Amino acid sequence: MALYSEKVMDHFRNPRNVGVIEDANAVGQVGNAKCGDIMKMYLKIEDGIIQDVKFETFGCGSAIASSSMATELIKGKPVSEAMKLTNKAVTEALDGLPAHKLHCSVLAEEAIQAALEDYRSRGGEI
Amino acid sequence: MKIYADNAATTPMSRAALDAMIPCLEKLYGNPSSLYAIGQEAKEVLERAREEIAAVIGAQPREITFTSGGSEADNQALLSAAALGQRRGKRHIISTAFEHHAVLHTLKKLEQEGFEVTLLPVHENGIVDVDELAAAIRPDTCLVSVMYANNEIGTIQPIREIGALCRSRGVLFHTDAVQAMGHLPIDVNAEQIDMLSASAHKFHGPKGVGFLYARRGVALTNVIEGGAQERGKRAGTENVPGIAAMAAALRESEANRERDAAHTAAIRDRLIAALAEIPHSALNGDAARRLPGNVNFCFEGIEGESLLLLLDDRGISASSGSACTSGSLDPSHVLLAIGRPHDVAHGSLRLSLGADVTEEEADYIARSVAEVVAYLRSFSPVWRDLTAGKTPFLL
Ligand SMILES: Cc1ncc(COP(=O)(O)O)c(C=O)c1O
Ligand SMILES: [Zn+2]
Repeated sequence: MALYSEKVMDHFRNPRNVGVIEDANAVGQVGNAKCGDIMKMYLKIEDGIIQDVKFETFGCGSAIASSSMATELIKGKPVSEAMKLTNKAVTEALDGLPAHKLHCSVLAEEAIQAALEDYRSRGGEI
Repeated sequence: MKIYADNAATTPMSRAALDAMIPCLEKLYGNPSSLYAIGQEAKEVLERAREEIAAVIGAQPREITFTSGGSEADNQALLSAAALGQRRGKRHIISTAFEHHAVLHTLKKLEQEGFEVTLLPVHENGIVDVDELAAAIRPDTCLVSVMYANNEIGTIQPIREIGALCRSRGVLFHTDAVQAMGHLPIDVNAEQIDMLSASAHKFHGPKGVGFLYARRGVALTNVIEGGAQERGKRAGTENVPGIAAMAAALRESEANRERDAAHTAAIRDRLIAALAEIPHSALNGDAARRLPGNVNFCFEGIEGESLLLLLDDRGISASSGSACTSGSLDPSHVLLAIGRPHDVAHGSLRLSLGADVTEEEADYIARSVAEVVAYLRSFSPVWRDLTAGKTPFLL
């Protein structure tokens, strides 16, 4: 038995949407280096649609795979839908995570929320 | 390439250990407490193993008690010393901040029972200061417990000096030698060690078996109650196959020790030099006073578990002190004890080499680590902030 599912390892080994969006209009960072995982999400929102999304993550396999999966789940989706993305949806899309690794994956949901909060504070409509 | 570089976690069994173990499982299955022939033959195997193990560390056979491993030996040593201290009204114990949890958690339990525990600092180099130990000893100190060598950063403690100090001050001295046994020369008399813990699976013996050395006159307290095995100090039908294999493994490790240590230490130093080339990295623990096979580094801007997973993909088995690998929220207490900040401790890597490691393998490890660290840094927000000057580099 491996620690992680094949799906998690696929997203960990080949993370989707890695990097930075220089002209992002929504950026959110959560976690801290003290507890071990940090995620940063960059969104490019146009006409209420998430046209592009990229992430940077300092963290474990669970954190990296969750970031990657979360970006896939919101890319091209309306902001209103991204608002509703839950950790549960991310975890299920990854075919599950070990119980002690769930707390790392929560950051993906939180990073997207933080980015959308940033978008709102810049005057964006949600 | 497949490289097992986690020998501090456990080692593969040696041929000699297997050859000693299998006959005990197949033919000598008797209970050593039974009076008929196969029982008494098993008893002979048991007592020969005791003699052989005692001889390696300069002890008397009756001073060796077999246990289920290092954790049990540590528990029994500490609980015994505490009981002896209690009887004389001495309820102060000195140990160190970076002991194995088998020691630290037992000390916590003793604290709840009213003992006072002083944990000495281990400084940036991961080595206890004997003068600080001398200053910490009080009239009511009943035990000093300092590990022989640390399991994460491999640093070797000044055991001989500590032994002499404790003897002169009339305080019992226990050392957790789980990582040192079979890898470093140990002489309980020359080093004035009163109690010592060891575990077979760290020197090519089987898992689930170990021993506690207790100097004659140091009365042990039972942790496992029941039958009269082990002179009544550790109940339970003896693990004869495991014990026979442990003795064979230790004898062989001891016979090859000097040659293996010289070879392994040379490869270790080659690997340390190569990894030190990685920018913003640092060796954890003293560079010279460390176990022959131990390499432990911190790399800034990355997290240890993802490093381990990607090294595993390249055939390298290693370990890390990051919180995410342990399932707790804190990184390794050992790295925190030598002053590494949380942020840096999460990016640690321990490579513990076996004696069969080659230069080619060390070079492959160094190359792989450099590549994986660079890759993980390429999308690390922590590394971005460091390189952008937003946060200061710590290493
Ligand atoms: C220093 C130290 N003490 C104690 C132990 C526990 O030994 P065992 O696994 O045999 O219980 C270990 C093993 O991880 C160790 O490294
Ligand atoms: Zn994590």
